[in-house]
Amino acid sequence: MKKAPTIITGTVGMDAHVIGTKIVSRTLKDAGFNVIALGMQVSPEEFISVAQETNADAILMTSLYGMAELDLKEFNEKRLEAGLGDMLLYIGGNLVIGRYDPKEVEPRFKQLGFDRVYPPETDIVTVIENDLRKDLKAKGKM
Amino acid sequence: MDDIRLLIDFGSTFTKVVAVDLDKVEVVAAARVPSTVESDITAGLGEALTKIEANTGIGDLEEREALACSSAGGGLRMVCAGFVPELTSKAANQAALGAGAKVIGCYSHKLTQQEIKEIEAASPDIVLLSGGTDGGDEQVIIHNAKMVSRTGNAVTNIIIAGNKTAYDEIRAIFSDNSKKVIYTRNVMPEIGVLDVAPCNREIRDLFMKNIIEAKGIARAKSIIKDVIMPTPSAVLEAAKLIADGCEGAAGFGELIVIDVGGATTDVHSIAQGKPTQADTIAAGLPEPYVKRTVEGDLGLKYNLDRLLELVKVRETPANFDAIVQGFHEGKLPQTEEECACHLLLSCLTTEVAMSRHAGRIEVVYGPAGERLVQYGKDLTRVKNVIGTGGPIIFSSKCREILQSVLFHEENPFVLKPKDPKFYIDEQYILYAVGLLSQVEPEKALSLARKYLKRI
Repeated sequence: MKKAPTIITGTVGMDAHVIGTKIVSRTLKDAGFNVIALGMQVSPEEFISVAQETNADAILMTSLYGMAELDLKEFNEKRLEAGLGDMLLYIGGNLVIGRYDPKEVEPRFKQLGFDRVYPPETDIVTVIENDLRKDLKAKGKM
Repeated sequence: MDDIRLLIDFGSTFTKVVAVDLDKVEVVAAARVPSTVESDITAGLGEALTKIEANTGIGDLEEREALACSSAGGGLRMVCAGFVPELTSKAANQAALGAGAKVIGCYSHKLTQQEIKEIEAASPDIVLLSGGTDGGDEQVIIHNAKMVSRTGNAVTNIIIAGNKTAYDEIRAIFSDNSKKVIYTRNVMPEIGVLDVAPCNREIRDLFMKNIIEAKGIARAKSIIKDVIMPTPSAVLEAAKLIADGCEGAAGFGELIVIDVGGATTDVHSIAQGKPTQADTIAAGLPEPYVKRTVEGDLGLKYNLDRLLELVKVRETPANFDAIVQGFHEGKLPQTEEECACHLLLSCLTTEVAMSRHAGRIEVVYGPAGERLVQYGKDLTRVKNVIGTGGPIIFSSKCREILQSVLFHEENPFVLKPKDPKFYIDEQYILYAVGLLSQVEPEKALSLARKYLKRI
């Protein structure tokens, strides 16, 4: 059996809303993943250096305060530079300010390098069971 | 006969011996003779001991119990190689410095042929490999182990302190290799955790068992009991004891020791260093409670060039350049003018070394406004600063030099001490306190209390 995939969690940038990432971390742990929970206000650089050092398979970022795009400016370039092009990137939460159409926002975050983009009130169990396991398997990580 | 203990420091230039009366907690004799490690270390030691014998009437009995530390033969020279610069490389660096080593090279990511050549040319006493949290990245440390395994005789001692998952493969790499390889716990077992103590112990152990032998220092064991640690490590042990005290005796509380030397300036802080201002977030690797930094470019004899660069922005006394040239040639300050120049350089060294050791606050601007992020240790509330090393001890204005460690309102983001008491190690006994702390901690603490002079 392969070892459990390593997943990094945290809220990105200046966002201090920590509940979402705590739920994500807890659920991942219960589902048998090796979780590195970085908590709140994690800089894009910290996500990258931690992913390198821990050889992580995916990052699950959360953001609630609507400024994620600003926080993630240049994140994709930096992670490609750091040799992490193969790592899965998910983001979820309230990604822009105000009410928004997730269909409009999703491509903007895909542009930033994210494999999957989730709107508010997404069920994390479904994300793990339907998407994460499938994506990891496809990459030969599970 | 009183219970007298001899404590010895084999330096690169001098062999120093102090004789301490343990009953009265008193220094009864001290001697300083030129070091003879290049030829035969026992010659200089014998000479120093003869001087002490003449003054105290001690003999073989005490000499066989004597403990020593050493920075001779270039000190304990180490190269560290980790993965991410601000994570495992930094952790390895901390582990080496905390064990009293001189870090002569620090590398990150996969080592290249060119870097291996550099390492071989530097010929370090120990190469320390880290990389990957436990269960994390294995590639970098395995690659680096392979590269290091192919080095020639210039590299003989290797300590592996990285991702434990990689150890089986690393053992296989070194299986038919004549190098001494030691495996210890990961210096960074998980993100946000620094675990340098086991690595520190292995470094010191290797120093005692192999390195002093290779440098000819172990020959001293024909006269004395043992050479138990590198000198910087003895000073660090002393600092720890003086700060924390021991069973039955309280220490001074959190403190900083600043040691200005000819080639380097060491700063030790025994302090938690947590943020003291509200709304400040600590970032980066956790800071060790016992932290040592070495400024290899700041010294008052060998590294004057760098200091002169820093001095350019200041007002200098008359004849500054000519006088400094004299220091370069090994002259000691005597005239008033020379003393003024030396004082300026000492203050500058102290100030810069302290600023680099202390933590700093960076203001980060983001969508939600301003945020204060602390990197390193907040030392603003540390209440004790101890000065040692020739330029401080022998200066008539030692208080002025030590005051250069202070916090400045015009640069409030450098977290230096605000209102400490100042002490000097007038008799140069900190190393002796550190050595003695290993066997008689309470007596060692009393010795420090007695001989550290409040200024």
